[in-house]
Amino acid sequence: MSNKATILIIDDEVQMRKLLQITLESNDYTIAEAATAKDGMIMAANHPPDLILLDLGLPDEDGHSVLKKLREWFTNPIIILSVQSSEEDIIKALDNGANDYLVKPFRTGELLARIRSVIRGIFTDENNPVIINGDLQIDLGNRVVKKNEEIIKLTSTEYTLLALFAKNEGKVLTHQYLLREVWGPGYINQSQYLRVFIAQLRKKIETDANRPTFIVTESGVGYRFAAKE
Amino acid sequence: MATLFINKLSKAKQFLFALLLLLIVATICYAISEFVGYRVVGFILLITVSLLAMVLDILPIICTAAVSALVWNFFFIPPKFTFHIGSTEDVILFLMYFVVAIVSAVLTFKIRQIEKLAQQQQQKEDTVKLYNTLLNSLSHELRTPIAAIIGAADNLQSSNSKLTPQNRNELVNEIAKASFRLNQQVENLLNMSRLESGFIQPKNDWCDISEVVYDAVQRLEENDIEQKISISINPAIPLFKLDKGMLEQIIYNILNNAAQYTSANSLINISAACHADVLEIIIEDNGNGFPPEEINNVFNKFYRLKNTTTGRTGLGLSIVKGFTEAMGGSVRLQNSSTSGAIFTINIVAETSYLKNLKNE
Repeated sequence: MSNKATILIIDDEVQMRKLLQITLESNDYTIAEAATAKDGMIMAANHPPDLILLDLGLPDEDGHSVLKKLREWFTNPIIILSVQSSEEDIIKALDNGANDYLVKPFRTGELLARIRSVIRGIFTDENNPVIINGDLQIDLGNRVVKKNEEIIKLTSTEYTLLALFAKNEGKVLTHQYLLREVWGPGYINQSQYLRVFIAQLRKKIETDANRPTFIVTESGVGYRFAAKE
Repeated sequence: MATLFINKLSKAKQFLFALLLLLIVATICYAISEFVGYRVVGFILLITVSLLAMVLDILPIICTAAVSALVWNFFFIPPKFTFHIGSTEDVILFLMYFVVAIVSAVLTFKIRQIEKLAQQQQQKEDTVKLYNTLLNSLSHELRTPIAAIIGAADNLQSSNSKLTPQNRNELVNEIAKASFRLNQQVENLLNMSRLESGFIQPKNDWCDISEVVYDAVQRLEENDIEQKISISINPAIPLFKLDKGMLEQIIYNILNNAAQYTSANSLINISAACHADVLEIIIEDNGNGFPPEEINNVFNKFYRLKNTTTGRTGLGLSIVKGFTEAMGGSVRLQNSSTSGAIFTINIVAETSYLKNLKNE
């Protein structure tokens, strides 16, 4: 894959930066580091990285406002790192344009998977209508979904939902976002629809619907269409 | 209770209350003074003052004592309706009444104060005791993994050539295990402080119960447990409007408790069912169950079963209780007739059968 991507780490904790630096460098990424929001924003402007890892708890400025300022011009992915597992906080960050989030402490494997996934997003060919994920194949042009080469029958809503997931592979989609996109703005509080259709969809595309590997629950936040390596 | 109620009244209201009572007693005494004589009336008034001293503040009670003396003098001691006292004997009686009333009032008040202090002292001691238990179990629970991490890291740092690659690997594993343990304890403490703050508000949303149960089980299985978990949930169970995070934590903590206190290869069964609008979750294991005399204590904060070697903070099950009650539910523990423990959780919640409709 296209490693050598540059990643800017904005985190005030030395230990955390050290850990991230070693982890990422040993996976062939180029690293830039900043300990404050101010330094981080200057560095991002001078040498725009391919990805920013942004800690929400910075000493000089609230992470949410840093995120908002960055998003005024920075279009590459931003992954939020946070010690707070508060769902509101995460949803707010995702609404403010974060591509993904990780709650500290996180596993290294998880971090790398998320990074690969958001970076792949930059290079995705918009014109490629067929998305392949593991044994699942989604042909957006012909609206055909296959698992193990066998066509799966989906209702129109199920298909819309799956296609939305597939186009955002690896990204957390919040409950509200999914409800608005699939059912419309009037349904953003009707989360029971989402529960029902996610359950139906899992029965059709997952090998074991009770232990889903494609549509993964992000507790209290939303769902993620996990990319299979 | 009455004492507390009166204690909470303002000074002005205490005065009013005392005077009113005095007035009532004096009126009754006046009605019967023909039969009992004014000296007995003196004693009745004295008792009234003493009783009031048990509940009133110091200033109201001294005033009441003084007023009662004057009332006795004015309405009862001959000649009536004057403050003048006829016989020398009555003058002495009146003065003695005055002194006794005030002394008894002050003394009773003092006794109350001392009792209050003793009570506060007792409460303080209880808190200290609880705090010590907490510190003991915490320092053990936090220090053990920290010690493991520091020790293993030291070993790795010393780059001792005698360290075989296998040992090296084991040390790294120890660090990983210890960190997980530490993380779990911190999570427990954070949950507990959320509960203790009293501001915990369930964020209710539609929950797919199977999903919640499987998520909790999966989280536990990531810890490489040695027990087998089976799940039985009717696929037709409706959606429940509950706090998913809390429910998952409740199930996880009970399962985790079972995993820690039962032997390898034990069976843990978890089932969920809907009765009207009540969600019932039953978690059963085939371990040794709980000692009957300790069953009532297991949900208490920092309570650990006697004779258990596994060091735990004793927070897991109290969080179960706290979260369940925060959602308006209840949790019950009993031993099964054969062996093993049965946890039963009941939560009343809104349900939706939308799930079972055909979708198009």
